[in-house]
Amino acid sequence: MSKPKVFEKPSGVRDYLPYAVYGLRTIEKNVIQCMENWGYQEIITPTLEYYDTVGMASLTSDHKLFKLLDKRGTTLVLRTDNTAPIARVVSSLLKDEPLPMRLSYHSNVFRAMKDEAGRDAEFVQTGAELIGDGSPDADAEIIALAISSIKAAGIENFKIALGHMGFLQGLFKGTSVAEQEEQRMLKEHLLNKNYVGYKQAIKQLSITKDAKQELEGILKLRGGKEICEQAKSYVNDPATQQSINHLCEVWEVLEAYGVSEHVVIDLTMLGDFSYYTGMTFEGYAGDLGFPVCSGGRYDNLLTQFGRPAPATGFALKTNRILEVVSQNSNIELSRTLILYDEHNRINALKHAQMLRNDGQIVETRKVNSTFETTAQLLESYTDIINMTKRG
Amino acid sequence: MEILKVAMPKGRIFKQASNLFRAADIPIPDDFDDSRKLIIPIPEANMEFIMAKPVDVPTYVEYGVADVGIVGKDVLMEENRDVYELIDLGIARCRMSVIGLPDWKEVMNPKVATKYPNLASQYFRERGHQVEVIKLNGSIELAPLIGLSDRIVDMVETGRTLRENGLIELEEMFSVTSRLIANRVSYRMKNDSVQQLCDQLQSVIEMKV
Repeated sequence: MSKPKVFEKPSGVRDYLPYAVYGLRTIEKNVIQCMENWGYQEIITPTLEYYDTVGMASLTSDHKLFKLLDKRGTTLVLRTDNTAPIARVVSSLLKDEPLPMRLSYHSNVFRAMKDEAGRDAEFVQTGAELIGDGSPDADAEIIALAISSIKAAGIENFKIALGHMGFLQGLFKGTSVAEQEEQRMLKEHLLNKNYVGYKQAIKQLSITKDAKQELEGILKLRGGKEICEQAKSYVNDPATQQSINHLCEVWEVLEAYGVSEHVVIDLTMLGDFSYYTGMTFEGYAGDLGFPVCSGGRYDNLLTQFGRPAPATGFALKTNRILEVVSQNSNIELSRTLILYDEHNRINALKHAQMLRNDGQIVETRKVNSTFETTAQLLESYTDIINMTKRG
Repeated sequence: MEILKVAMPKGRIFKQASNLFRAADIPIPDDFDDSRKLIIPIPEANMEFIMAKPVDVPTYVEYGVADVGIVGKDVLMEENRDVYELIDLGIARCRMSVIGLPDWKEVMNPKVATKYPNLASQYFRERGHQVEVIKLNGSIELAPLIGLSDRIVDMVETGRTLRENGLIELEEMFSVTSRLIANRVSYRMKNDSVQQLCDQLQSVIEMKV
């Protein structure tokens, strides 16, 4: 590659100009405050982690990790999410703290993506983790908190799709798709969102016609509470019954929170099989083509750090939320400029400080007596106080 | 209901796709096929068609500027975008093949010319063959004739171009049809409209089979 030009920066990273930072900070402030009100305390973990610990445990696939070497040659990674680092802290620094624990975070994460517009290599995540509670109430709390956070961030038009990893597992058992290889293939098609491939694969299975119809039917299992009931009829294996019952109960708690109108149960909603162990969900907003939030239950992660505990959580993709929110709002701050000359410097600066103490944005500028207030100057300030002798 | 934005591929697939839509009782005006407009609103069907180059359809859909799109399986495999592949429309049927001269033999450093570099290299790698791939943009059949590569990977519809240039299909890779794809957010946010379109198209496809 040729040497970069002076204005260039690496692909996938961004500069945030003042108006964008203002938007980002507003979202951050409101969301963190919202999480705090639910009892989630913010923690900050380092940008660098070991590849062998957090790097290996994280959900992000290996080729998306930014890797570097420390002085001794040990491989480090730039954190790709906040969940694995939090699992490390909960199992070490906080290992004597009682569970359940409620933690939140707001920080930038890094992922090596393919060079294309909209694929951020660095982006901001704001999220929450509820560790040590495996109940449906905990899952529902996380979803309800996600909904509150999305609202606090300023998004009105949004939807949450909720699924459960346990359902498919059991469905394959129930319809006697016994072969590991066949199960893997069906799951892979669903995970790749390839419904055509999934339907073709079902056709080739040597199972009963009814079973085939059942397998195809799940592609349309989508809606409210009735889906839970319907899903129950699909499965007869006890472990799967339990998953579905769990999901039904999550729904009931969401109704109790009064937020179920935002949620759609979608049993084709899948997360990574090696990571998520229970419910998973995604949030969508407005016209944005990508999800703005994702989360789920990950009961195996903490075991990898030596403190086995159930856990559930979610992350908002704060940058994307900024895209949605900044379309709707035009931030106009009122700014005051105080002009002074050497004769009234003391008074002018005192006056400025007084206004600042009241929470106003005030700039000061020393000018000479021939200074003219131009139209351009008037445009960038809401108010100009002329404290020069002449004025 | 909200307007559904549909990315339509210009060219080969387009006529068959719009006929399929008409058969599914989606009111598409008759003069529509010859239009040069890039964005065509169809208020009767609550849709808006975006006329795109076929290889770009998955890109529009992945970014969400189109909710759904129609695209060949060949492009879908080559582009490997994060979209839902909802229905096999069964139209624009053809096949992807490895093609060469009739007297083709294994060579030391095999070279394959193609419009589908990702798809071709994956195909050969899965079969344990290491080949060098040369990306071309058209007239792929030229490559083995003038010695740029020893084989090509390309779509075969009738096989006429191959015959006229003295080439043969050495291996049929897979068959290709057009698919209905959907953006991952639109699939959920506009699920009613997407599902309705799916059902309408599906019923026409099943009648044809």
